[in-house]
Amino acid sequence: MVTRVSVQQRVRASAHEGFLTLGRSRWAKIAATTSLVMLLVYVLDDPKPRPNGGTWYGYTLGTMGAVLILWLTALGVRKRAMTRGRWSLKTWTSAHVWLGLTLVVIATLHTGFQFGWNVHTLAYVLMMLVIVSGLFGVFAYSMLPRILSDNRNETTEPQMLEQLRSVDRQLHEAAQPLGQAHADFVRASLEQDPFGGGLWARLSGNYPRCATRTGKIAIRDELASKPRTGGDPLEKIASLLERKEAVLARVRRHLRIKALLEVWLYIHVPVTFALIAALSAHIFSVFFYW
Amino acid sequence: MSFVIRTVSRTADGREIIRPVTLAKDELAIGRDASNDIHLADLAVEPFHARLTQTQNGRIRAESKGGLGFTVDGRVTELTDIDPATGAELGFGGHLLTVSSDGDTVIVRVERTGAVSDAAGVKDERTAFTLAGLLPSKRTGAWTLTLLVLAAFLVAPLWSWASYSHVKTRPAGFHADTTWSTGPLSSAHHALATNCQSCHDKAFISVEDTKCISCHTQIHGHADSRRQVTAMPPPGFSKSVTNAFKVAFGKPTGQRCVDCHTEHQGAGPMPATAQAFCTDCHATLKARLADTKIENVGDFGTAHPQFRPTLVVGTVGEQPRFARISLDARPTENNGLKFPHDVHLSKVNGVARMVQTMSDVFGGHRQGVGLDCKDCHTQTADGVRFLPVEMERNCQVCHSLGYDRVGGTVRTLKHGSVAQAVADVRALGLRTAVAPSMLAGRRRPGEPPLASRGAVPVSADALFTKGGACYDCHVIDRAGDASTNGWRIRRVFQPMRYMMKGWFDHKAHGTQSCASCHNAGASKSSTDVLIPGIGTLDDKTGMTCRSCHGGEGSASKVPSPCAMCHDYHSGSQAPWRPEGERPRKVAIAGLRKP
Repeated sequence: MVTRVSVQQRVRASAHEGFLTLGRSRWAKIAATTSLVMLLVYVLDDPKPRPNGGTWYGYTLGTMGAVLILWLTALGVRKRAMTRGRWSLKTWTSAHVWLGLTLVVIATLHTGFQFGWNVHTLAYVLMMLVIVSGLFGVFAYSMLPRILSDNRNETTEPQMLEQLRSVDRQLHEAAQPLGQAHADFVRASLEQDPFGGGLWARLSGNYPRCATRTGKIAIRDELASKPRTGGDPLEKIASLLERKEAVLARVRRHLRIKALLEVWLYIHVPVTFALIAALSAHIFSVFFYW
Repeated sequence: MSFVIRTVSRTADGREIIRPVTLAKDELAIGRDASNDIHLADLAVEPFHARLTQTQNGRIRAESKGGLGFTVDGRVTELTDIDPATGAELGFGGHLLTVSSDGDTVIVRVERTGAVSDAAGVKDERTAFTLAGLLPSKRTGAWTLTLLVLAAFLVAPLWSWASYSHVKTRPAGFHADTTWSTGPLSSAHHALATNCQSCHDKAFISVEDTKCISCHTQIHGHADSRRQVTAMPPPGFSKSVTNAFKVAFGKPTGQRCVDCHTEHQGAGPMPATAQAFCTDCHATLKARLADTKIENVGDFGTAHPQFRPTLVVGTVGEQPRFARISLDARPTENNGLKFPHDVHLSKVNGVARMVQTMSDVFGGHRQGVGLDCKDCHTQTADGVRFLPVEMERNCQVCHSLGYDRVGGTVRTLKHGSVAQAVADVRALGLRTAVAPSMLAGRRRPGEPPLASRGAVPVSADALFTKGGACYDCHVIDRAGDASTNGWRIRRVFQPMRYMMKGWFDHKAHGTQSCASCHNAGASKSSTDVLIPGIGTLDDKTGMTCRSCHGGEGSASKVPSPCAMCHDYHSGSQAPWRPEGERPRKVAIAGLRKP
């Protein structure tokens, strides 16, 4: 009996339902239907002299959009409480994604396709920036965790760091008998911050000034013209640097994937608040000068 | 002389472990090589880096051996003398050597201060793998952007408003509240583009009509405002929603200038007011204004009543009496003339023949046989209408008023003055020899020469009876006085404008021939009203307005909103037009000066 229950639980746990297709894509359907209805009313309604935010439909769309933006922003607070059930955090996230996409239709129709260099278009552009960054986030969350896991190969982050430290210690020991010129290559590798290189290096995974690689190449070049004796400390250094390079490559791929998983939030969240500010200015200005 | 080397290492909890070694030597070698007295396992240290010696004067000299320097109390050098009494800190790579003395013994404390590698150093494992530190935090970013947006797009515009709300014209330059503009102003209001306060002066108060009227001082109202309110239909769904929003935010729901004349809709001319703004009330006007004389009217193509041109229906004393009569009633108009258009426009009769023979008058600009409309009808300078036909200008080329010939000169009656004509003819009667009478039966085009008809007695009465010069064209009665022997010629009225409530512009129809609208060639009487009717829905005859014009949203050749012909701000003037004004003062009817 106990076995059956645990099997059932395992089956339930393995049948993972992603937030995009939750509840047989319930929120995707709601979002698509809402967008279609909005679009249909826009096409059928023929306001004069031209569609804009000040017609009956414009006001309606504007109100819907503003309320939706505030609700979507509330995910930032809601996500701190992981709950289950009908209004679980997962349901909420699913609704956040799909209704966020509906906002593209609602807000674009609200503009009546009138754009200019003004606070109104600013709010729209900021909103689109938030949505596009959010789309990137959806893409990242659905694609990258698997890649991240494959790259990690069941090592944890502290283990990665420990691997690096271990290689470094070995390098340090092995380099003791070396002359200063060679020791400097090793020292450069040891002193370089494996997490350094800045944002671009993180996102691209390119570290053109990698001291480990530079040292390895220089020492390999030197060894190439010497007979292999097996007792040359430089040979050990070369293989250690190679090992460090391999560890670094994994760490850097890990850093890159983690950065991609994270970086969109550095746009999504601050720009959301800029959007709310621009939205407030938009609504205020419309009623102030009308 | 001896050195005591105290090598310090630390346990995991930071406790020091000191291993002292005493060396009775005068010189200490420092380096990475294991053979050194002070062996520093540090890659930043050369295998044989430096040495410490005691000098003659009791000081301790530290000097570099390999060429790489070291630091003394933080300063880089290759050679230094240390006073053992004060001591010094020597830095070699990640190691710190503290030199001091205890009597004759020099104590060197050796401690590693730098980590073996960067990775081996202190790393917060929770943040090392995240973007924290590479980017400003999300909280910082959010606050910065929010404050920037609020400052630039809320505070700065409010500052502009507060600074200039009472000036007429702002100084040139950028004004932050222009970022609140929802779109460019129309070309007519372009000059106000940076002067927001011209229209928006009170905070949260919608643009008031007084703002418009302050410049547009000549504008007419549409109708009595109370009747207008009565005429307005109950709001439909969309209007109810709009009104609900307006009420919620304190915007007036009544009819205001800006409801029709919408601004900030893009540069260029302000678009004509949409049809719906008129038909909202006018489509069902009679249901709410029972006593109105205005017919219900909706879309031009489908719900516009037949035209009711203003026709001359009689006279009041010397003045014409007008009435608007629907073309459906097939009205006639007695303008005081006898004029068959068909005879004059025929291609095969005597008129056509006469035109042929008078090539010096009509030649050069002929297109085909017979008379053209423009031979008699002259357009006004603006091209909108036609001048009244005048005897001297338009008729007399053919219809001569010659009544006598003296030598080779033909004497002509003066047109327009009946008494004068009668006097002229009476004077003729005193003469003994009269040339073959040109009075008795003027030769009309196509008729046999006068000579063949024989002599007719000279009498002014002949002018006014059948065959007389006046009789042919004018309506004549016996209400005259003695100066005309009782004959009187009815006054002629030639209206220049029939559509008094709308605006018809002939020039705008210049691509059409006259006959495509006015069926003059078939008209046998001058009482025929030759104005084309509105036509039926989908009229394909090409003879009526609806052949080309349909409602605003129709698929007709010329979709026509109300404003194409009608003016909200009523007057006897043309409707407001985006492309500029046209001359507006045009006489209603041409009256011959007495």
